[in-house]
Amino acid sequence: MKLDLALRELHRAENSLAADLLKVADWHKVDHEIYHVARDLARWSQQHVHELAEIGPRYGLHLKDDSEQNSGLLATARNKASELVGHRPEPGLLLLADLRHLYRAAAGVSLDWELLAQGAQAVKDAELLALTKRCHPQSLRQMRWANAMLKVLSPQVLAS
Amino acid sequence: MSLCDRIAKPWGTRTPYGAGDTWPTRIDRYLADGVSADQVDQWIQTASVLHSNGDAMDVAVSGDRIVGVRGRGIDRVNRGRLDTKDLFGWQANTAADRLTIPLIRDGNRLVETDWQTAMGRIVQRSNELLEEQGPSALGFYTTGQLFLEEYYTLAVIAHGAIGTNHVDGNTRLCTATAAEALKESFACDGQPGSYSDVDHADVIALYGHNVAETQTVLWMRMLDRLAGPNPPKLICVDPRETPVARAATIHVAPVPGTNVALMNGLLHEIIRNDWVDHDYVAAHAVGYEELAQQVENYPPDRVAQICQVPPEQIRAAARILGTAKRLLSTVLQGFYQSHQATAAAVQVNNIHIIRGMLGRPGAGVLQMNGQPTAENTRECGADGDLPGFRNWANDSHVAELARIWNIEQTQIPHYAPPTHLMQMMRYAEQGTIRFLWISGTNPAVSLPELHRIRSILSRQQLFLVVQDLFHTETTEFADVVLPAATWGEKTGTFTNADRTVHLSDKAVEPPGQARPDLDIFLDYARRMNFRDSTGAPLPAWHDAESAFEAWKRCSAGRPCDYTGITYAKLRGGSGIQWPCTAERPEGTERLYADGQFWSTPDYCESYGKDLITGAPLEPTEYRALNPSGKAVIKAAEYLPPHESPNPDFPFSLITGRTLFHFHTRTKTGRAPQLQAAAPDVWVEMSLKDAAEQSISEGDVVNVKTPRGMIRARVRISGIRDGVVFVPFHYGYWDISDGESADHHRAANELTITSWDPASKQPIYKTAAAAVNWVSTGDGNPAPAPTNTASHPVIAGVPATRGGPTANADEHFTGGAQ
Repeated sequence: MKLDLALRELHRAENSLAADLLKVADWHKVDHEIYHVARDLARWSQQHVHELAEIGPRYGLHLKDDSEQNSGLLATARNKASELVGHRPEPGLLLLADLRHLYRAAAGVSLDWELLAQGAQAVKDAELLALTKRCHPQSLRQMRWANAMLKVLSPQVLAS
Repeated sequence: MSLCDRIAKPWGTRTPYGAGDTWPTRIDRYLADGVSADQVDQWIQTASVLHSNGDAMDVAVSGDRIVGVRGRGIDRVNRGRLDTKDLFGWQANTAADRLTIPLIRDGNRLVETDWQTAMGRIVQRSNELLEEQGPSALGFYTTGQLFLEEYYTLAVIAHGAIGTNHVDGNTRLCTATAAEALKESFACDGQPGSYSDVDHADVIALYGHNVAETQTVLWMRMLDRLAGPNPPKLICVDPRETPVARAATIHVAPVPGTNVALMNGLLHEIIRNDWVDHDYVAAHAVGYEELAQQVENYPPDRVAQICQVPPEQIRAAARILGTAKRLLSTVLQGFYQSHQATAAAVQVNNIHIIRGMLGRPGAGVLQMNGQPTAENTRECGADGDLPGFRNWANDSHVAELARIWNIEQTQIPHYAPPTHLMQMMRYAEQGTIRFLWISGTNPAVSLPELHRIRSILSRQQLFLVVQDLFHTETTEFADVVLPAATWGEKTGTFTNADRTVHLSDKAVEPPGQARPDLDIFLDYARRMNFRDSTGAPLPAWHDAESAFEAWKRCSAGRPCDYTGITYAKLRGGSGIQWPCTAERPEGTERLYADGQFWSTPDYCESYGKDLITGAPLEPTEYRALNPSGKAVIKAAEYLPPHESPNPDFPFSLITGRTLFHFHTRTKTGRAPQLQAAAPDVWVEMSLKDAAEQSISEGDVVNVKTPRGMIRARVRISGIRDGVVFVPFHYGYWDISDGESADHHRAANELTITSWDPASKQPIYKTAAAAVNWVSTGDGNPAPAPTNTASHPVIAGVPATRGGPTANADEHFTGGAQ
């Protein structure tokens, strides 16, 4: 059985997505909607990490319970950088690139949840299946958010 | 006939009535000192523009001057009553400092010029930018106080002729969440209920809606029900002890930013006790299971901890809501300008959907507005939406609009949702919006985080046009200032929060060279030589009535159908509620009778959004969710606010209005009775919080947030512990240059830049603040009214009075009093 591998990979990917969302928030602090919503959405990934860690022992895994937090010093540095270039148009392109990355990362996580759900059904683990049903929709929403923000913001960046 | 000091008694004399009875008429009248009724040459019909209630009134004209006002007894909205602001606010029309001549920038000052030169500069800059960058360089920011005809004209110019996606109104700050909440639940904007539901309801629930101050005439109606036989129960959700809270059966005062948790708690109880109309839900709604599952996690004990209210209060409120026979709910800024705005407002709709409380007398939802003509920005597209509640994501709707305007479909931007105001400000900050035309609003006082707004408006790269009645804090940054005519000086229509359309006729000439906003927009269109695909001028109309007729064609077949209304029909009678068509010539009192909605995928205005992320649903997603046009029940989880009290900033800060002022006081600050009633900024604190810092009534304090600081006197009021309130009306135009340079007066120096992801409405009511004592008030109380939510809790503060100049007539008919 290789479900432990799938769990471990998803744990890593969710952790990384949480960190990416926080980083993007900090880089784009002056794009206030990005800043606040990305931080809200990072909480979902952090919660997923927590729940994966809880179910880990059943598959012989000891996964870290707490996801990556924002390093205070680095976050401040990113915030400052964001404010310094707040009057410049160039960060618009960087934001599109970051959203594109988030979309792909969230899509990867979403696929991993799908794999885990398939595996859970195959081994008839109802608890694991319930976990995927709780978490997977949120990954999809993270992905759709990145997609929607790209759609909203790109015309102005590209046309100006 | 009797006299009433309407500053001391803003709601006047009671005319009690019982459930199902007709609200008695009471005609309020105020004439300028020394003017008697027989000196009035004409009474000219109009309606109120100093709040959203849409109270019908006549303006008294003597010679070439406005000399007073009276309510229109025939009208369904107010039956003759007037708001205190309307009794006295008209005096601002003749203020000596009206703008009467166009101004243009010459270095660091504005100089007088003529219309030819001023418009020439605007046209030149428009053309340069269209050439250099295209339509994305131009943005339009309007108000909630122009007329329907003006908004529609602006929408055609921006969306059609120029083809920019950047058009919004300050209605983004007041009514965006109302519109979005309706779009989420019913897939279309449009107020479901009617003010007349007050006549029938057995329970009225007011969510963040201090109706006593924001819509005083509607509160008179509720007070008259409360004073009559079989009065309704009132539920009030508000962190302040408002007049509504004092009259309520249950007053819930949650910590700011926790509305979704509270609503989920109420829904939890309603579902747990099975006060659900399952037949209605099965026949007319989708999404019930998801809601039941979501609110399962919000038992009263948990919610009580989040909201810091007693759990038994949540249970008791839910019982009243759950067992109501005719439930009327109203919602306003306490929800719309707070954290998770749309998610919270949608839960109010959900209560009505799961209880089957829609579309019949007394059973309705009123998602309110803050401004008199806000509804028209939503219908006409001056808030960025496509006119006629058309769906930007539905190509056939865009094609229809292109046919009506006789232009190419690709000319109308519909590749993404319209750019909302706060995003427009960001584009201006980045320098990709380089032309901004502001009409009838004052962002330098009304937007959050003012130091940021000032830095954007003062950017060299931004060409700023400001069209207004007076010099404001915003005109200071303008490249061109255009003097506009106002209410009473121009003709047009507008629509209130319960879909009632009123006509406002011109009573007097505008001062000097001031011109109606409609004429200014049309002049711009002609000078820009905008043409449709046949080469005819775009827009094709030339005055208010021809604009109205054009709008009727645009509205035909859409939910907000005006085709049955004419100026002639509105003149002399009562206002009329849309939709009004040949089949429904008297208009429509309530929407969604018999559970019929405008939500079929091909017809609906909106496919909805994710309430947490704000991401729009794709058309295919919506089609799968709601194929047959039912109401959509949407659940949402509670998220903690984006800024919470902490050791450095231990208070929750909320901002808001007082009864006696409107917006940034450009008008009410120039009406002596209103100005005297609330002459300067104050901050409200609870007795306990004040005592902990040894602060007394009237003491001067600094209120500080990470964005800025203001200085104000303290009113110790009935506000809940841990929360401070500052009114947002006070800017810098009426204090000395020395004082104003510090920027220590406007509430929005303090507020956070953040907005609801779904409605994009800025959040004014969830921030963290510190309060520090500065000096003693020497026994002088705060400059806050005593007969409103700012009423003092300690004795000895002199009561707010207007005196002889604030006496208005009340005329009772039918013997009621």
